[in-house]
Amino acid sequence: MDWLDWLLLVARVVIVFFGLLLSVLLYIWFERKVIADMQTRKGPMRAGPRGVLVTLADGIKLFFKEGIVPTNADRRIYALAPVLAMFPGFLAFCTIPFGTHVTLFGRHIPFQLADLNVGILWVLAMTSIQVYGVVLAGWASGSNYPLLGAVRSSAQMISYEVAMGLSLVAVLMYSGHLSFSEIVAAQDAVWNVVPMFPAFVVYLICAIAETNRPPFDLAEAESELVAGFHTEYSGIAFAMFFLGEYVSTVTVAAIGVTLFLGGWRGPAPDVVPWLWPLLWFLLKLTLVIYVLVLIRGTLPRVRYDRLMAFGWKLLIPFGLVWVLLTGAIVVLPDHWQLDRGTILRWAAVAIGVILILSFVPMGRTDRRTEGP
Amino acid sequence: MTADEPRREGALERFWGEGGAVLRGMATVFKQTFRRDTTEEYPKEIAPIPARAHTGRHRLNRHDNGLEKCIGCELCAFACPADAIWVEGEDNDPEHPVSPGERYAKDYQINYLRCIMCGLCVEACPTRALTLTNYFELSWGTREDAILTKEQLLEPPPELGTTPGAELGR
Repeated sequence: MDWLDWLLLVARVVIVFFGLLLSVLLYIWFERKVIADMQTRKGPMRAGPRGVLVTLADGIKLFFKEGIVPTNADRRIYALAPVLAMFPGFLAFCTIPFGTHVTLFGRHIPFQLADLNVGILWVLAMTSIQVYGVVLAGWASGSNYPLLGAVRSSAQMISYEVAMGLSLVAVLMYSGHLSFSEIVAAQDAVWNVVPMFPAFVVYLICAIAETNRPPFDLAEAESELVAGFHTEYSGIAFAMFFLGEYVSTVTVAAIGVTLFLGGWRGPAPDVVPWLWPLLWFLLKLTLVIYVLVLIRGTLPRVRYDRLMAFGWKLLIPFGLVWVLLTGAIVVLPDHWQLDRGTILRWAAVAIGVILILSFVPMGRTDRRTEGP
Repeated sequence: MTADEPRREGALERFWGEGGAVLRGMATVFKQTFRRDTTEEYPKEIAPIPARAHTGRHRLNRHDNGLEKCIGCELCAFACPADAIWVEGEDNDPEHPVSPGERYAKDYQINYLRCIMCGLCVEACPTRALTLTNYFELSWGTREDAILTKEQLLEPPPELGTTPGAELGR
């Protein structure tokens, strides 16, 4: 590696970092606008055209606000926690391919910061580290509500990480790779969302729970816990929590796009070959984020015991069964000397029959049709 | 199974019932996206106020011949639950009457830091001298400015959106 390689590497890091920051700015504005639309409001309109700069204004305001440290706080951990909550989102994004590659100055530059051969494990590790930010914030604040929020949040994030891991395991068994670029390469014919649709649903639900978004925002349930683990934070430290939450939402959506929706794949004309994959990736990312916002706009907050029951009693067993079925799909073709596609097609037919049958009333009369 | 026994739902039915409810809810929320926004961009565009909205600043009215309707009876001040009105009545000079009756209001002040816009003063007024207008931009820089004098109350309220400082919101 000579100096030009280093320069390009640094440039890539900087571009991805600021790109992610920019995407968070736009995403918060997007979310507020979309939810406002769903509530027949207009949403932010004042800062910039149609209020697009509202997040920037909020960020500047928070930056210049006084940061108050509670008397009982453990000062060093109190200062460390927001950093721990913010960076995993950025770090997890490093492994995601958001385009193909471009050739600059005779160098091959992939649109991916690091093509780790253990990409999925890296993502799981980073989402786990994020829990530390929450737990330490709650603990170091030296206050009751943050502690309660942190306990809730850590329990929630750890439980849902299991189900999330199971849905990711299904994908990596199916495609046979841990690295994201290989997984995207394996989706050239059919996106993983078609054979792995149940895993996609599980992943989406766990992603919402992982990032503490409504309807799973128990950690910061305003009506119950003031603001949860970041109650005692103000100014720039609070902004870091906020930023971390939204960066990890973008990252989680990007991982979903990469694993299930074919990543940057999509039909493209031959002009400017590097641009189209990027646009496809951004389009899919926006769609996934739209679905997350739609879920937020629809569902009320889940009760805490139901949240845990849903995770442990439904999602994890379902994930396990799905991993078993995926194993069957992966192993059986070798065993029966069959094509994987044939098995999948027959499985699809069987599932379709079961679905149709499930609509048919099972021989008993419905009491409602009998009349009074 | 007897007919009275409640029918138990199967797992699949529950799955479709609850999952379907979530999806139907999401569809309902999605449909709201296309409804017209009800937001009024207030300081930028001031929506027309209903003609019969009497929810803002008071006004002291005059007769067609220019005489004040207020006869200084102080009933408004008695009716006021917030003690916001100050009236000082005096006998009219027969040569140059201010109001058609025996007495008139020498001084009339309303303190808008106290006023709760309940309209009891208007109900109490025997001569329809005191009415509420639809001017709602009640903001002042000092406490003294918030007490409107008789001269100010006799004038019609200014146009909406012309309050000093309103241009900052535009």
